[in-house]
Formats: sequence, C-alpha cells, structure tokens
Amino acid sequence: MRDLGLAFRQVWYINKAFVRNPAALFFTLIFPIMFLVIFTVIFGNGHLQVAPGKTVRVATFYVPAIAAFSVVNACYTNIAISLSASRDLGALKRIHGSPLPVWSYMFARILHAVAMAIVLVIICAVFGALFYGATLPTSTLPAFVLTLVVGAAVFSALGVAVTAVIPNADAAPAVVNGTILPLLFISNVFIPLENPSGWIDVVGKIFPLRHFADAMIGSFFQLSGSGLHANDLYVMLAWGVGGLLVALRTFRWEPRT
Amino acid sequence: MAANAVEVEDLRKSYGPVEAVRGISFNVSEGEVFALLGPNGAGKTTTVEIMEGFRSRDAGRVSVLGFDPASGNRRLKEQMGIVLQTTGVDPYLTVAETVDMFRGYYPKPLSRDDVIKQVGLEDKAGSRVTRLSGGQRRRLDVAIALAGDPRVLFLDEPTTGFDPGAKRNAWDVIKGLAGLGKTIFLTSHSMDEVQFLADRVVIITAGKIVAEGTPESLMAGQEADTLIRFGFKGTLPEALRAVAHVDGDAVELVTRDPTRTLYELTSWAVQNGVQLEGLQVTRPSLEDVYLEITKEAEAVGTPA
Repeated sequence: MRDLGLAFRQVWYINKAFVRNPAALFFTLIFPIMFLVIFTVIFGNGHLQVAPGKTVRVATFYVPAIAAFSVVNACYTNIAISLSASRDLGALKRIHGSPLPVWSYMFARILHAVAMAIVLVIICAVFGALFYGATLPTSTLPAFVLTLVVGAAVFSALGVAVTAVIPNADAAPAVVNGTILPLLFISNVFIPLENPSGWIDVVGKIFPLRHFADAMIGSFFQLSGSGLHANDLYVMLAWGVGGLLVALRTFRWEPRT
Repeated sequence: MAANAVEVEDLRKSYGPVEAVRGISFNVSEGEVFALLGPNGAGKTTTVEIMEGFRSRDAGRVSVLGFDPASGNRRLKEQMGIVLQTTGVDPYLTVAETVDMFRGYYPKPLSRDDVIKQVGLEDKAGSRVTRLSGGQRRRLDVAIALAGDPRVLFLDEPTTGFDPGAKRNAWDVIKGLAGLGKTIFLTSHSMDEVQFLADRVVIITAGKIVAEGTPESLMAGQEADTLIRFGFKGTLPEALRAVAHVDGDAVELVTRDPTRTLYELTSWAVQNGVQLEGLQVTRPSLEDVYLEITKEAEAVGTPA
C-alpha cells in the first residue's frame, strides 16, 4: 500500500514537471485537438458508412478516431520521448539508485500518461457533442471505456519497450514518429477506410493501431449489442504482452555511452 | 574496533576484453572517510558503481552494510546516499520540490530545510533546476544524497569542475558529514582533496591496488624528489654539479636525500662566502607522491 501511495505521489511530481514543459504540453495535449479541428474542417463534409446500415458525417467519424490518436500520442509517443529524455539526463539512474520501487515509478509514468489520454478523450467527446451532435451512446459506454483502458495500457507498454531501440533523446522523436506515423495513415485514424484495398487492410491489421481504432470507432457508433470488439482487443493485448516482455528484458536506466 | 561498513574482496569486472577491475580488496570501517584514488580509466567509477548497485560484478565478494548491493535490496538503498559523476534531476522542478520528492522515498528523511541549508542552497530553494549553475546543481546532487539521512555516502568525484571557493565549501560540507559519524566513500583525482578529507586512501591504476594507507603514511613511505632552488653565478662543487640544472643565474637541485644535499650545499657556500640568492626548499606534495606511485605502477605492469 505504501508503494502505491509512492506511485500516486510520483504522478504528482511528474505532472508538475509536465505542465511546466512547453514542448511536452503542446505535443501531448494541444496537438491532438489541433488535428481534430483541422481534419473535421478540411475533410468533415462528406458522408461515411461506419458499419452496415450506419452512415455518419466524416466530421463525426473523427471524434472517436482522434480520441484513439490522443491515446496513442499520450501513451506511446509521450512515454517513449519523455523516458528517453529522463534517461539521457541521468534522472532515471538517480531514481534507480533510490529506494523507490521500480514498479512504483513505471506505474506512475503510465498512470500520468493514461490520465492525459482520458482528458483528451473527454475533450474529443465534448467537442463531438457540441459541434456534431455525436454524443456517447450510453449502452456502449462500458465497451468504449474498456477499449480506451486496454489501448492506453497496450500503447504505454509499447512506449516503454521502444526505448530499447532509441539510442538517445535526440533520436527519440524520429524513432517514435517513424514507427507510428505511417500506421496512423493506414489504420483508419487520419484517413477513414471505407473500403480499404487489400494490402492496406492486411498490413494494417498486423499492427495494434488498426484494431484499436476499429474498436474505438465501433463502440462509439454503437453497431450492435454491447459494442465490444473482443477480437480487436485480443490482438491489442497480444501486442501489449509482447511489449511488456521486451520492456522487462531490455529496459535501460542509464544513458547509452 | 568499529564494524566494517563496506567489504570488498577480490572484485573483478571486465567490459568485453577489457579488464576494468582486476581483483581488488579493501574494507571501510563504519564512520571512516575512505578515498579511492586513481587516474582516469583506472576503474574507480566501475568499482563505486558496483558498490552502489548500478553494475554487476564478474567475480568477488561485495558487502555494503551487510547487504550484497547486486541484490538491489531496498533496506540497503534506504541507508545509502549517492552522488554520481553526472547530475540527473528533472530540470522543471524546483530545488525544494526535488529534495522533497526524494525525501519521500526514505523511511526517516531529514527535514527539507535542513538538507537545503547543509549544502547552502537556501537562496535557490524556489528556483527551478534549469536556472542553477553547474556548481549549484552539484550541490543539489549532494542534497539528494543526504535527503534520506544515509549511513553510507558514495561520492564519485564530487568536486570535479568546481572553482576553488566552491571546492572548499564542498570539503567543509563533507567534513561536517564525517563529523556526524557517516561513512564516506570518495573517489577523486585530486590529492589535495584526499589529503584534506580522507582517513585512508587506496590508489588504483589499471584496475589494481598499487598503494594503500593514510595520506601521511603514503607520503612518508614514498621517496620522491625534493627540489632546492637558488640564484648563483659561478662554479658549483663537483658533487653538486651532477644533480644541478643551471639556467642562467637560476640553479635547481633535485634530490632524494635533501638533508645531505643541503648540508653539502650550505657548508660549501659558508666556507667559500657564497650568497645563495632566494634559497628555497620544496618538499614533495602528496600530488607528487601520487604521480610517482601511479607512474611506477604503470611502468611495472602494463595490463595484458
């Protein structure tokens, strides 16, 4: 219990440093909202079939899609870049030499990222409700929240894991964006995939992002029953477990010299 | 006799084909200020980081306060304070917040204001780390090491890059901690520092111990050259000419037997009515002794 308390205490310090860091604040919190506004303004006018018998305005599609992007951005991108920066500074080594348990520290980092993701998803949902009448359907809310939590956990694990191939803080944005940007374009996030061509479908479904986007969009538009996309969640969880194993085996507390 | 705070026995560590530490052993008593001295690349940081639990060892036994640091035991970490060679704290937190954050990790921390006062950062308590000078960051590092009221402090080259005033202040802080009965493990290249602070010194080069003892005993045990300087124009007696460097009026005699050389010089001068302008005798400093020891060690055994 004391260690859990230490983790929550650590979240408070992480957040203090986070809100004072203009770059982190901009790229984590402002960036996704900017995308939401730009995409809905530029591409929002058409109509799109999100499921058999369900057609919505493209602007509405972007509400859950950018919510998914927000989660990836706050968890994967933010964790990988901020951990690399702390590692290069020697701050991770300093923490590692203290009695703070490793899991308390990692849990705090992830908890903060997930909290940021939730704030962003709420902003997206409010934005959708205000401007596009796209309110969250109450019957699929549990599925939507579950998808959100699983996605945040999976992309946090992957964010920690990817630091193993990041040589230093300068290279972090390149590695992180190089891995996530192409996927954002082919995974039903930045561009709605109404009838994806074969290879985009096949390649996209190898990676967890497509499944996360599909599950978020699916539960948001209430297709049938609970709105839960269990198969998508299984693929994501497999990636999450893989990421966790890589993170446990390869995570480094010290800068590479 | 006090119990040993640190015990190291036949410690070995290689990085690939390079043997950084080649079988070193020493003990540090509780309450002692112990210095590990050596040139760059001698294995000091490797040794201290093994004791701090950051690195694994290849062979040998290490015990810190009765724990094996490789186990990462929390009870051990709670009693240890560490100052690393490089600072590593979040630049966006203030001095007070940083100290508080670390205090929270320990069961019986010192008060925040005491810690900040001890390192002389009272005026900077509300400043963010980004606004501190290099020396102030180093002092913050010491503050973090003190936050948990440790029994053992590891200081890895704590004053490297300090100006003379800041160095003196840091020494006073360390002396003060020693006065409180803390065990202090210091690495340094600076003989001055070690002479001022340490009860006992171990000198290593190329991963091996080459000398060990109190600073005084190291100086007494080592024959190093004494320098005799004076101004003189003319011809020196035969016996002195062999050891003299003459540069115009300036004469330097280098000797390992200063008593005899001085006697020869001054008795000759008095008998012949010669004035030795500005006669000066310089004893070897600990720095010279250290250079002598490390030079000898390198000449004897170059690592395989």
